Amino acid sequence: MDFQLLKKLNAERAARRAVIHVTGVDDDDEQLVLEQDDISGELGEAVVRAFNSGKSSMVEIAGRRQFLNVYVPPARIVVIGAVHISQALAPMAKLAGFDVRIIDPRTAFATEARFADVDLAAEWPDEALKAHPLDAYTALAALTHDPKIDDYPLQAAIDAQCFYVGALGSRKTHASRVARLVEAGKSEAEIGRISAPIGLDIGAASPSEIAVAILADIIQALRKRKAVAP
Amino acid sequence: MSEAETIQDPLSIAEKWKQEGRDVAIATVVQTWGSAPRPVGSHLVIDGDGNFQGSVSGGCVEGAVVSEALDVIGAGKPKMLEFGVADETAWRVGLSCGGKISVYVERLV
Repeated sequence: MDFQLLKKLNAERAARRAVIHVTGVDDDDEQLVLEQDDISGELGEAVVRAFNSGKSSMVEIAGRRQFLNVYVPPARIVVIGAVHISQALAPMAKLAGFDVRIIDPRTAFATEARFADVDLAAEWPDEALKAHPLDAYTALAALTHDPKIDDYPLQAAIDAQCFYVGALGSRKTHASRVARLVEAGKSEAEIGRISAPIGLDIGAASPSEIAVAILADIIQALRKRKAVAP
Repeated sequence: MSEAETIQDPLSIAEKWKQEGRDVAIATVVQTWGSAPRPVGSHLVIDGDGNFQGSVSGGCVEGAVVSEALDVIGAGKPKMLEFGVADETAWRVGLSCGGKISVYVERLV
């Protein structure tokens, strides 16, 4: 491997961007492919499949073996609202292998006692997201019902192309939320990406059950993710 | 990535070692068949003195990969290594889990 290429690869990984390192193992050649790169032919198809699945594999193209090593940033969930559902969602999401971060400016909710061993930010979302911006490998779940707290991160999640955007609230709450997002200049397609009512429809009733529905919704979005069109 | 994860990340270590002027080889699991301890894409990085970080198996074949890596560092030409079930009578290293893996070893240049 070329040292300059390794440095570029490490920089892309550190920036939480997906990248594929292609090695021609029969020819000892190599290249780095980013998600926005447009590669033609059989290799291009293999690259799209690899970005979609996140799985590394050996492919044979024109009789030559090419190894596609896919580096996908670890998925994480940002939860807006240190509420009852979040108390169940945080440990469940951790068990499922996600990094979890909870943001709530209401210091009565965002307490260490209610959220032991969780990355908790008792700050307004715009401040908290400045230090750790949202990205395409992050899911955002807005759970406060409060437009003052939820609206900004929802818009930021749409802009950052988060792989999942969900918002808690009744159909009525969501209708007024949609009106505000239209007012803020978001398109119908962008607003349509918001999962609302949040979570898979499994008839969840208690906070813990709603957490299961949200987590299942997020996993579905992650595993059936389509690569961003070139 | 947290700082601790970054420290243990084989490719970050490879970059650091090279920066320090060491010779470095990178070994990568490129194919697996059956039960394999580490998934395709896993890395082991080796320096010219035989120091290593990361893993390509659960410890079963790392010793063999490290010695092959020193050859690769010396000769500069990459190698494809195959490991199958351990054969005790032949005194060869292998995987006790019954799987088979291919490991590509190349020099960082």
